Amino acid sequence: MPEVERHSFDVLVIGAGGAGLRAAIEAREHGMRTAVLCKSLFGKAHTVMAEGGIAAAMGNVNAGDNWQVHFRDTMRGGKFLNNWRMAELHAREAPDRVWELETYGALFDRTKDGRISQRNFGGHEYPRLAHVGDRTGLELIRSLQQKVVSLQQEDFADTGDYESRLKVFQEFTVTDLVQGEGGAGGKPGKVAGAFGYWRESGRFVLFEAPAVVLATGGIGKSFKVTSNSWEYTGDGHALAMRAGASLINMEFIQFHPTGMVWPPSVKGILVTESVRGDGGVLRNSEGKRFMFDYIPEVFKDKYADSEDEADRWYADPDNNRRPPELLPRDEVARAINSEVKAGRGSEHGGVFLDVSTRLPAEEIKRRLPSMHHQFKELADVDITAQPMEVGPTCHYVMGGVQVDPDTGASSVPGLFAAGEVSGGMHGSNRLGGNSLSDLLVFGRRAGEGAAVYVTSLSERPACSDEAVVEAERVALAPFSGTGGENPYTLHMELQQAMNDLVGIIRRADEMDQALKRLDDLKRRARSLTVEGHRQFNPGWHLALDLRNMLLVSECVARAALLRTESRGGHTRDDYPRMEADWRRKLLVCRASGDGVTVAEEAQVPIRADLLELFEFTELQKYLTAEELEG
Amino acid sequence: MGYQGHFRVWRGDADGGGLEDFTVEVNEGEVVLDIIHRLQATQTADLAVRWNCKAGKCGSCSAEINGKPRLLCMTRMSVFAEDEVVTVTPMRTFPVIRDLVTDVSYNYTKAREVPAFSPPKGVAPGDYRMSQVDVERSQEFRKCIECFLCQNTCHVIRDHEENKQSFSGPRFLMRVAELEMHPLDSADRVDEARSEHGLGLCNITKCCTDVCPENIQITDNALIPMKERVADRRYDPIVWLGNKLFRRS
Amino acid sequence: MRAQIAQRTLRTDRWWLPPLVTFAGLLLISIYAAVRTFMGDYYWVDEYRYLTPMYSPCLSEECLPAAAHFGRPLPELPGFLTPPVVIIPFLLGFRVTCYYYRKAYYRAAWLSPPACAVAEPHAKYTGETRFPLIAQNLHRYFFYAASILLLINIYDAAYAFSTGVGLGNIVLLVNVALLGAYTLSCHSCRHIAGGRLKHFSKHPVRYWMWTRISKLNARHMQLAWASLIFVCVTDLYVALVASGTITDLRIIN
Repeated sequence: MPEVERHSFDVLVIGAGGAGLRAAIEAREHGMRTAVLCKSLFGKAHTVMAEGGIAAAMGNVNAGDNWQVHFRDTMRGGKFLNNWRMAELHAREAPDRVWELETYGALFDRTKDGRISQRNFGGHEYPRLAHVGDRTGLELIRSLQQKVVSLQQEDFADTGDYESRLKVFQEFTVTDLVQGEGGAGGKPGKVAGAFGYWRESGRFVLFEAPAVVLATGGIGKSFKVTSNSWEYTGDGHALAMRAGASLINMEFIQFHPTGMVWPPSVKGILVTESVRGDGGVLRNSEGKRFMFDYIPEVFKDKYADSEDEADRWYADPDNNRRPPELLPRDEVARAINSEVKAGRGSEHGGVFLDVSTRLPAEEIKRRLPSMHHQFKELADVDITAQPMEVGPTCHYVMGGVQVDPDTGASSVPGLFAAGEVSGGMHGSNRLGGNSLSDLLVFGRRAGEGAAVYVTSLSERPACSDEAVVEAERVALAPFSGTGGENPYTLHMELQQAMNDLVGIIRRADEMDQALKRLDDLKRRARSLTVEGHRQFNPGWHLALDLRNMLLVSECVARAALLRTESRGGHTRDDYPRMEADWRRKLLVCRASGDGVTVAEEAQVPIRADLLELFEFTELQKYLTAEELEG
Repeated sequence: MGYQGHFRVWRGDADGGGLEDFTVEVNEGEVVLDIIHRLQATQTADLAVRWNCKAGKCGSCSAEINGKPRLLCMTRMSVFAEDEVVTVTPMRTFPVIRDLVTDVSYNYTKAREVPAFSPPKGVAPGDYRMSQVDVERSQEFRKCIECFLCQNTCHVIRDHEENKQSFSGPRFLMRVAELEMHPLDSADRVDEARSEHGLGLCNITKCCTDVCPENIQITDNALIPMKERVADRRYDPIVWLGNKLFRRS
Repeated sequence: MRAQIAQRTLRTDRWWLPPLVTFAGLLLISIYAAVRTFMGDYYWVDEYRYLTPMYSPCLSEECLPAAAHFGRPLPELPGFLTPPVVIIPFLLGFRVTCYYYRKAYYRAAWLSPPACAVAEPHAKYTGETRFPLIAQNLHRYFFYAASILLLINIYDAAYAFSTGVGLGNIVLLVNVALLGAYTLSCHSCRHIAGGRLKHFSKHPVRYWMWTRISKLNARHMQLAWASLIFVCVTDLYVALVASGTITDLRIIN
């Protein structure tokens, strides 16, 4: 038996962001002995970076809001490619999840009558985002963290041990899932546990558990300009694929329109959409509010075509159309990209986002405190007096593990996914604010799904010694590498290739080139070599993460090459139109050998009563003639 | 544009270590964390540093720069002269793991000792009503990114390891204040602030406030108001006498 | 095990300067105040009815009758004691237990700590948990006492106007303004006015007071120094006029 540290749990949750913690809370409340494994310290997950708010149709600010409107907005935002069931569950359950946070101690900004205040955001018809200034993600993660602590306090009162039912293993990386024997016809085996290492000591650990919830977030670190932190290396995506699960929608990457562009060291860091929601406008170097030139046909009746009307909307949203700065993110990102390409960009290759001429300085500091702080500290720009320079940054991957909407179960028995690592909910483009609510709604569902699954098992699959030995061998390979490839160099090349060739605007020839480069990088990755020992060795950590990034990047590039249309977070220079026929198709990515295959699969048709929520004329823009007949 | 900067970085672990000198390229607009990353990528691949968001939002990259507790990602190189030696050391108050990474488990232990939010009885989720003016005080404290720089700089534990037992530090005294001021928290936090979390050890010398990257007025808005509430309860002779006379019987 | 770093601090700025300046400032003012207290003279300008705040209220038998605005209920003080010793415990008590001055002298005089992230020299530390420092919790009672003394100072300043207006009147006026601002900005005052409430929304008036006091409170340090220095300036001015060293600059009559 290989000598590794061993732990045994009922449910393992990989990732301690919003989805992971919510799943863990749910599993624990279902009586499961639950472990949370996270790469950073507890409470530092990337969720803290979310700024704008949590979308939930509570109707506190505009009583006209309800789940159906939210559902419609979500489907529109995703260009109808969303998994309708997920969008439905999300819209229905988000308010409960937000209210639940208050019982954990969260303190949202309030309306005059003491309810949770809600703010406007791109793509949302009504003010819908529950928020705390511009640090909503921090509030969410802290509230969940404190709920975890409160459950641990209950367990302490019961058993004398804080960690008897819910334990967090921080600064721990999972490198492989361990499975039981596969079924007939190449069916993937049941999840039996997970293998990984303590980042601090490099010591290996085997977790034995019949259910694993992936909540590892996204893949942004494969791109050069990104708002994502180092953790976002697509671990969950890759773990799922290697375990035999499939990914969908991987071609859809959201480029947030407003990331910082200067100074270089902070390029990509997010500038919250609330800046625009609260009145900020985008101007090019000629001082023109250019977004009026970029309102697509499908949105013409919802967005103002003059500055006057747009400005009136902030005070009187019922009788005016919205400013085009609040178009869905993909539209705004493309518009900025075009302006910069046309030579009307700012000095450092962005455009100007100005709130200083729109709101009094005090108001800016009150509503956007962390933006004020961030620009002051990092760029020496006072946003109450000067415009910000902004440009698109890789922000979010819509694609992810294909899951059962109600339980978060993947096609691998015992493997669940929630949050950014799962796919389908957001279709081809995610609306701002829908991410935090997604984490809570599907985090809870995956936690419950895992608990129900574990309860139904008559026997737990075992972790074989061979699997552990193999996982250990793979993890240690970089130390015995002889090729001398430096992980930092490889990572930089990968980021450059993805950014330049599979970035915001895509072309077939460039993506071909990207695939060639990825092939080359994959080959070179076999001779990755790291020095030193296993104790807190960032070079080694990166070498292991690269394996995941390469696998996932290949999925993105292959799927993007296949989808010959432009939709949401996938824009083809050579196929600029959205094709109704493509809406019915999902591109499904699976691991095969040391590469991936991408295959077309039919999209699940939308339930009739949900379709009826839309006007026929609107459906005409998205659905095929054949579908419309039905 | 760029220049060769002089750095002195503490390297080592629990068994010992020392300051090592490096000369490394510095470019316009960079922060200290960028330089540490450049060292990792070019000179010393196994230099350990903890970081995450690189935007001052997660509070991972706490360390001491020229002796001052700061976030590596929020300290711009432009605040130093080009010929100045920049010394980077791990936080002193916590056990070192390796290089710039310290073991901050003290803080998680203390976090667990603060009883959680105690929801109001009989109020269903969705029915919580709170005024903006009532939530604002606690909201200020909830801006905390848990970088633990206040804990690190607080001399009560920085200079007196033995006080770690009885003192929760500014971060968690502030957490107690946050719950105490939460408009719907139904628990009483005043006595435990003194007895369990060592509020009396604080001598309000304000270093926690000085180093807070979120500019939270920890001392004026959390610690002193808690001290005043304790004074209400314990050091008000009239109240004290009343308690002695009436509660006993 | 903590990282082994031999230096007491690696700070490269002049961290020792603020505590040094604080210490020197407090020392100078203490010396001045002691000298004036035991001088027992030149505290009253009969012609213009200027009474130095250091001697107000003057309550014992040796007070000049005109300066004793509230009579002389106390007998003559024994030995070298002078009238201010009756009120100084309260004035000093207010300042000594003040949350700002505590910070100032803990850092400057007791070096606990001398500056942030600079090791303190003491082997043991018990903070304000034991006698005598536990008495710092009595700050609010000194606040009440100081408030009464402030009212008396205001009365003195107003009373002085009964003979016309001179520079001395302005000095007395500025003095009570600064003392008033310092006293109002006190943390205990902030707590009593509204800070102790859990629900501001239910007490709009107290919330309003709390917000105003909070604004002043943010300047507590500056007000502490300004009022302290200006009390000395006021006292010096009164002493100089009373001793005939200078003559008061008259504006009206």
